[in-house]
Amino acid sequence: MITLKNLHKSFGDITVLNGIDLEVAEKEVVVIIGPSGSGKSTLLRCINHLEQPTEGTVEVDGILLDSEANINAVRAEVGMVFQRFNLFPHMTVLDNITLAPMKVRGVSKEEAEKTANELLKRVGLGDRGGAYPSQLSGGQQQRVAIARALAMHPKIMLFDEPTSALDPEMVKEVLNVMKKLAEEGMTMVVVTHEMGFAREVGDRVLFVDDGRILVEGTPEEIFDNPKEERLKSFLSEVL
Amino acid sequence: MSFNLDLAVSAMPLLLMGALVTVKITALSVGLGVVIGLFVGIARICNVRILRILSAVYVDFLRGTPLLVQIFLIYFAVPVITGIRMDPFVAAITSCSINSGAYVAEIFRAGIQSIDEGQMEAGRSLGLTWKQTMCYIIIPQAFKRVIPPLGNEFIALLKDSSLVSVIGFEELTRRGQLIIARTYGSLEIWTCVAIIYLIMTLTISRLVAYLERRNAKGGAR
Ligand SMILES: Nc1ncnc2c1ncn2[C@@H]1O[C@H](COP(=O)(O)OP(=O)(O)O)[C@@H](O)[C@H]1O
Ligand SMILES: [Mg+2]
Repeated sequence: MITLKNLHKSFGDITVLNGIDLEVAEKEVVVIIGPSGSGKSTLLRCINHLEQPTEGTVEVDGILLDSEANINAVRAEVGMVFQRFNLFPHMTVLDNITLAPMKVRGVSKEEAEKTANELLKRVGLGDRGGAYPSQLSGGQQQRVAIARALAMHPKIMLFDEPTSALDPEMVKEVLNVMKKLAEEGMTMVVVTHEMGFAREVGDRVLFVDDGRILVEGTPEEIFDNPKEERLKSFLSEVL
Repeated sequence: MSFNLDLAVSAMPLLLMGALVTVKITALSVGLGVVIGLFVGIARICNVRILRILSAVYVDFLRGTPLLVQIFLIYFAVPVITGIRMDPFVAAITSCSINSGAYVAEIFRAGIQSIDEGQMEAGRSLGLTWKQTMCYIIIPQAFKRVIPPLGNEFIALLKDSSLVSVIGFEELTRRGQLIIARTYGSLEIWTCVAIIYLIMTLTISRLVAYLERRNAKGGAR
């Protein structure tokens, strides 16, 4: 589903990604963990080319991201959820969700709203379509952001620390939505510090450090039996 | 020397007609200036290098030279090149709107750049193009933020439009000059002119403050 080959990314003199190779299979849930500043977000953002890799190739669902048209095509297929939600504050929840299906896919307003309302129900916000983002709690906003991404019927969902900006009591409601999504067979790449989620939902966990995938394995291999020193010290800090 | 109230009162109708003309050219120029400014402001930050350079030159030139000189250039110098005599009205509108466009461009640029980068990223990640994201997401939000500086620009231009009196265009200031030439009532007429300008600028700033308040209530950010 996703193939990253020899990915490098630098910002000026700073090298952030240092040769990433990664394959993500259909319906797989890959969780990325690692210290802050290790390049997790950058790696995720290279998948839909919000960051242009300095070197290496990205292929998503058989499409090589090498032209503007291909990049836009891939972005329509890949949903992304951000740490800070990034809802459109000047639009209602419903308009947030229907905008892209209408403008990118040419879906009619009625159909887009029908889908949007179904999605809102799915994330437990069936009655909040008319609200503005500022009227919602953080957890609700993030669930709207998930619904907004799902409205494009993506084949892949990328999550960049979706619960890091949330108050503790709201983390669960968002993780539950993500868990349900994983159970329904969505291909997902999730950057998170929620180790419980990683263990429970992840098919595979990657430990990223210094712009490299230092360790990868099943949640059991990573959490129960870590061998690598860096991983051990990281886990001892977060667990 | 005393203030001749009768003279002031009798000059009022003519002065108010001049004020109406002032409002008209200001509104028209700011209207055109907003259109120019929107495109130039976007060009300033787009990813096409040549557009960025051209728009920067435009803004620098118009903000770096006096409006009075720009008016002279358009009224006197352009006809030398084209051979076509300029109508004062056309010259006034052209110079004011081109000038205003440069200031408005900077207002829009700053407004657009003040919008969180995450908005563009969210739009692009949904498959919207750069243009679509600008149109539907960035610019509508930027518009709300630029209302106060646009109001200031409107006030600035309303005052600066008095400069087009030098090419004989009969707005408020020019009307005042003409009446004084006839009546020698400098004190009365300039006082009236000043008061009329003041009323107009205060009205605009009140209007802008009202729009700002109404916007703030609109829920979003
Ligand atoms: N646009 C950028 N310009 C310059 N440096 C950046 C930019 N984005 C990220 N970085 C740097 O890249 C490094 C990795 O960032 P990031 O991928 O966000 O790490 P993580 O998500 O693992 O915390 C950090 O040191 C950060 O400062
Ligand atoms: Mg990050």
